[in-house]
Amino acid sequence: MALKDYIRERFFPHMWCAGCGHGTVLNSLLRAVEQLGLSKNEIVMVSGIGCSARISGYVDFHSLHTLHGRALAFATGVKLSKPELNVIVPMGDGDALAIGGNHFLHAARRNIGMTAIVMNNKIYGMTGGQFSPLTGVGGMATTAPYASIDRSFDVVEIAKAAGATYVARSTAFHAQECTKMIHDAILHDGFSVVEIMTQCPTYYGRKNKLGEAPEMIKRFKDITTPIGSKAKQENPELIERGVFVEKNLPEYCAEYDKIIERAKGGA
Amino acid sequence: MSRQVKFVQGNEACMEGALYAGVQFYAGYPITPSSEITEGMAMRLPATGGKFIQMEDEISSICAIVGASLTGHKVMTATSGPGFSLMQEGLGYAIMAEIPCVIVNVMRGGPSTGLPTHGSQGDVMQARWGVHGDHSIVALTASSHQDVFEMTVEAFNIAETYRTPVILLLDETVGHMREKLEIPEPGELPLVERLRTSVREGVNYHPYLPREDGRLPMSDFGDVHRYNVTGLYHDMWGFPTADPKMVHDLIRHLIDKIENRVNVLARYKEYYLDDAERVLVSYGCSARSALHVVKDRRLRGERLGLLELQTLWPFPADVVKHCCDGKKSVIVVEMNTGQIVHEVKKAVDRPDNVFLANRVDGEYITPPDILKVLRLIQGKGV
Repeated sequence: MALKDYIRERFFPHMWCAGCGHGTVLNSLLRAVEQLGLSKNEIVMVSGIGCSARISGYVDFHSLHTLHGRALAFATGVKLSKPELNVIVPMGDGDALAIGGNHFLHAARRNIGMTAIVMNNKIYGMTGGQFSPLTGVGGMATTAPYASIDRSFDVVEIAKAAGATYVARSTAFHAQECTKMIHDAILHDGFSVVEIMTQCPTYYGRKNKLGEAPEMIKRFKDITTPIGSKAKQENPELIERGVFVEKNLPEYCAEYDKIIERAKGGA
Repeated sequence: MSRQVKFVQGNEACMEGALYAGVQFYAGYPITPSSEITEGMAMRLPATGGKFIQMEDEISSICAIVGASLTGHKVMTATSGPGFSLMQEGLGYAIMAEIPCVIVNVMRGGPSTGLPTHGSQGDVMQARWGVHGDHSIVALTASSHQDVFEMTVEAFNIAETYRTPVILLLDETVGHMREKLEIPEPGELPLVERLRTSVREGVNYHPYLPREDGRLPMSDFGDVHRYNVTGLYHDMWGFPTADPKMVHDLIRHLIDKIENRVNVLARYKEYYLDDAERVLVSYGCSARSALHVVKDRRLRGERLGLLELQTLWPFPADVVKHCCDGKKSVIVVEMNTGQIVHEVKKAVDRPDNVFLANRVDGEYITPPDILKVLRLIQGKGV
């Protein structure tokens, strides 16, 4: 199927700013779905609120554009009630780890079979550039005019600690790597998390004097390195990319099927 | 086959009603005094092939049932005051996106943590106006376990008919009291299934285009029609819009589909109203004391009647007006500082003739509490 057949063309042009990294994520996501050969009817895209959340409207899947931070909670209802569906949840900083932080922890703890794509652009874009739980100390934002003193979460560490069984990180610079990770995350039977560092030139880039989109994208190449690389040993400041966790543990919906069997007097 | 008879709590009667109605998905978070519904669902639902999940909070519980409803299942959650407050955002979403679901609120005293194990009817207005923005809502209540069962079935039927969330407002007293419940045989009570679209694959399906009868046929997530669901104002495909006409038309549709059916949705019981000189209006546990007073006064020759409301929202103003106009006085009996009393005053010709008998100390309102108000009105002193 041609890539554009996955898109609801009548809703383009999209509403993202020029240079936004979310388009790259959408591209990687669609390529992953294409490679998997999934039918459009077996995919449900559940999103929260904000720039990232608009992805769900642009794709020709079943789409559920929900409330800020609640995407994983809605998605849990979709998945558990119809486990045969592939549930993909694109999220922004707040959806994943501020207002939605608790849902993120518990979806990971349950190991329910869906894919969370966390678009980490370190800022709240749609509401005008306020700091997020991923901005970190020293970051400038409209609500951190004297620089943020709030420490940042590490998406990967949180996902690992909460029990996600597939955890990966890449950036908008590494689009093919993103495609591979999203592909594997969708195939993974359990709660999978793919963090993708994306650029928000309009707010984060401008506020933090990081230049225009091309400079911000190139920066991802400079500040990241593959897991376990020699570069990381030499420069601990580098952010590691790659697959951090990939393990098989009982998936929630499959486990619930056993509960049904038990309740019906079987097993 | 004879009817199954049980001696149960009101909360268990609610659970039985939900199972009878065909609930297939339940998400909840424990909170007193509603927890027995959640516990009962965990025990019983999987045996029917349904799914139960204990979520991390009430916010996620209502979100999860909305998600599950979209895959084509009958869904429900239950909570109490503080949890109901947390659900308001998701409730608004369900209203806007027109998702059938049932939310039970077994009321406790509030505000805040309040009185977890004591009765109250303080959430009547939260049910009506807890959601931000203009909207309409359906809220049912019940005073006996047989009613709890039937109103739970009704809640599902209304939700599925009109693509709307329905609130079932029980109270701690009814929820925790034990009494007899006769479970109707299958087929005895009508059950409504949601209307599914007959539009074939490849033909344009409009999830938000009402038919002439006002109903909106649905398509299940996973089926052949892919559409968008959003909490934003949306067009007939479900896509966001800020077009003033579409915004206006949608909010009118959301409100009118309920407010234009006030009399269709009105459930109530009349006791001794034909020749009544004075009328008590009550609902939920308070209606039990009110009925006791009515029967007691009748034995003494006083012409007292009772209107017991089972639909609180949309408020059945016509029914109240019909039953109360021309009477010497009307006494609204409720366990709050006065919530339905204002609606009754708005409905009748002589609002100055409407009085309140209430109690807000966590204790159950008793017949003597009501009698005290009645005697004051009658000029007989306390």
